[in-house]
Amino acid sequence: MNLHEYQGKLLFAKYNLPVSKGEIIFNSNDAIEACNKIGGSKWVVKAQVHAGGRGKAGGVELIESTDQAVKFSKKWLGKRLVTYQTDKKGQLVNSILIEECTEIAKELYLSAVIDRDSQQIVFIGSSEGGVNIEDVAQNSPEKIIYKGIDANNSSLEDDAISIAKVLKLNDDQTNQFIPMIQNLFQLFIEKDLSLLEINPLVITEQGNLHCLDAKINIDSNALYRQPDIQEMHDETQEDPQEAEAAKSDLSYVSLDGNIGCMVNGAGLAMGTMDTIKFYGGSPANFLDVGGTATQDRVTKAFKIILKDPEVKVVLVNIFGGIVRCDLIAEGVVAAIKEVNIDIPVVVRLEGNNAVLGAKILSDADIEIQSINNLKDAAKKAVELAE
Amino acid sequence: MSILVNKDTRLLVQGFTGSQGTLHSEQAIEYGTNIVGGVTPGKGGQQHLNKPVFNTVEEAMKEVKPNASIIFVPAKFCKDSILEAAESGIKLIVCITEGVPTLDMLEVKKRIDNLGVRLIGPNCPGVITPGETKLGIMPGSIHKPGSIGIISRSGTLTYEAVKQTTDLGLGQSSCVGIGGDPIPGSSFIDILKLFENDDQTKAIVMVGEIGGNAEEAAAEYILNNVSKPVISYIAGQTAPAGKRMGHAGAIIAGGKGTAKDKIKKLKECGVHIADNLVSIGAKVDEVLNS
Repeated sequence: MNLHEYQGKLLFAKYNLPVSKGEIIFNSNDAIEACNKIGGSKWVVKAQVHAGGRGKAGGVELIESTDQAVKFSKKWLGKRLVTYQTDKKGQLVNSILIEECTEIAKELYLSAVIDRDSQQIVFIGSSEGGVNIEDVAQNSPEKIIYKGIDANNSSLEDDAISIAKVLKLNDDQTNQFIPMIQNLFQLFIEKDLSLLEINPLVITEQGNLHCLDAKINIDSNALYRQPDIQEMHDETQEDPQEAEAAKSDLSYVSLDGNIGCMVNGAGLAMGTMDTIKFYGGSPANFLDVGGTATQDRVTKAFKIILKDPEVKVVLVNIFGGIVRCDLIAEGVVAAIKEVNIDIPVVVRLEGNNAVLGAKILSDADIEIQSINNLKDAAKKAVELAE
Repeated sequence: MSILVNKDTRLLVQGFTGSQGTLHSEQAIEYGTNIVGGVTPGKGGQQHLNKPVFNTVEEAMKEVKPNASIIFVPAKFCKDSILEAAESGIKLIVCITEGVPTLDMLEVKKRIDNLGVRLIGPNCPGVITPGETKLGIMPGSIHKPGSIGIISRSGTLTYEAVKQTTDLGLGQSSCVGIGGDPIPGSSFIDILKLFENDDQTKAIVMVGEIGGNAEEAAAEYILNNVSKPVISYIAGQTAPAGKRMGHAGAIIAGGKGTAKDKIKKLKECGVHIADNLVSIGAKVDEVLNS
């Protein structure tokens, strides 16, 4: 689960990390009061969306009057911000972070992730912060340090010092940096983070370290033990159909083709999409109904797939493991009747009791193409979608 | 021979009396798995599916001497269950449960590596040696004793590969679902090593998918250490790049992780590629007959 920048900074503040004084507003009427509360005569206004690249897309501005704050919030609240990290539709802006202005001497980069290879938490730091960090990683890898943190975290201070060297921090800044790494590590562990990124981490004109941005991703599997983080969930940042699917424990991603797919298991779902593409078709979605495909789930899945007006045919591919195919077939038939589908449905059932399942499908008084073999089922779906 | 499990495997079921534990234990017993008992805290002393229930793994070790365990407990309890089994002396643990927090797995992995314990999963279908024993949730009926070793990150995709090799009459020596989590107990490499040393296995099918670089690492390993033919299918060739969150993931992956990159690397390392999900079996047949 992703957090907004302002939510990340609230967490940073709790962990004694240096962040700017700021106010979050959801309504442009509150812009002036927010500026006055922060004080000063210059502010930074930042549209809050779950994506990077906001600056280049016009979602971040430096302003010098409270009127400009009102103007900026009116311009963005309720609109969608499109950046190179979003899809074409962009992300809905429903809050604006207003911050005091920080005078920047230098921009650095700092992040932490769980590295699958070394199976530990790895801090990544670079003396070259800002938006082009991926280019730095490509072209000047020597400017980036990767520091894996020992499981018992016995060497955290030494690790911080070696990162500080690559960041070219002076003694004073290094002394600020050591507790910063310790606090970030603490935050990572205690709040079940899977990713944390501060880009840029800046050195201010006064020579102090300061976190100008905060990107945080929380391990969804651990949300049950993070009730305060759960409350930060912002549904508006997700595709509405994907969010609805998630409520029914279905994993759904919409795509731009016309063959609706319903598959059990994420791997087989991807494999089915690949097969459709291989035979010249184009999948309208990825949909994983989960390992146990019950009638209820199948019905919900049909409803979600059919909300997409582009869908010309639905391909159901279920490999019945423990669940018997005859039960799934009954579920599919009942679901089709309930949802009232007027486009062709191709069903491939395999696994336990597959023959019985196929018989139930072909005996049903509804239009279903029952094909036992995935290759032929995919070909049929592609043909019907043309 | 086979790998990891066989007819001598004495299985303990952790989370035995729950609905998942019960359902899959019944199926396993029907398949021929020797379940020697189960663990459900607070239910020790009872009988379930005609097997003894214990409060702890330690008690079960004394009474029924299991040499493997399978875990069906809810995700939030998996860390403790895995560590309990490992610290009680069980050397092979299969964790079926999905949704285990990644930080829990970081801790578990360090501890079990130190104890010399082999963990399969979490979030996996388990391990089966066809005709002998089944430690998992896979449908027994699609398997057939034979010569192909199968390793996969995905459950239902494994079944697809199994079914195709069964239909061609090749059958399987053992099938291992290592699970799709970021920090799995065992990697492709761990299992490739076992198949390479197993006489019954004539060829290995490795089913991968996009994300991470487990397949790339496996490709390197195969080039240098595996003499048997390896056939691979990578799912997600048409999956679009997801919305991204910052740069750290991309930097750490270093451009790896796409199906295209994985296939390229595998080919360079001498792995045979089934370019389509439906042609895995045919590709195995072709490689074995060439």
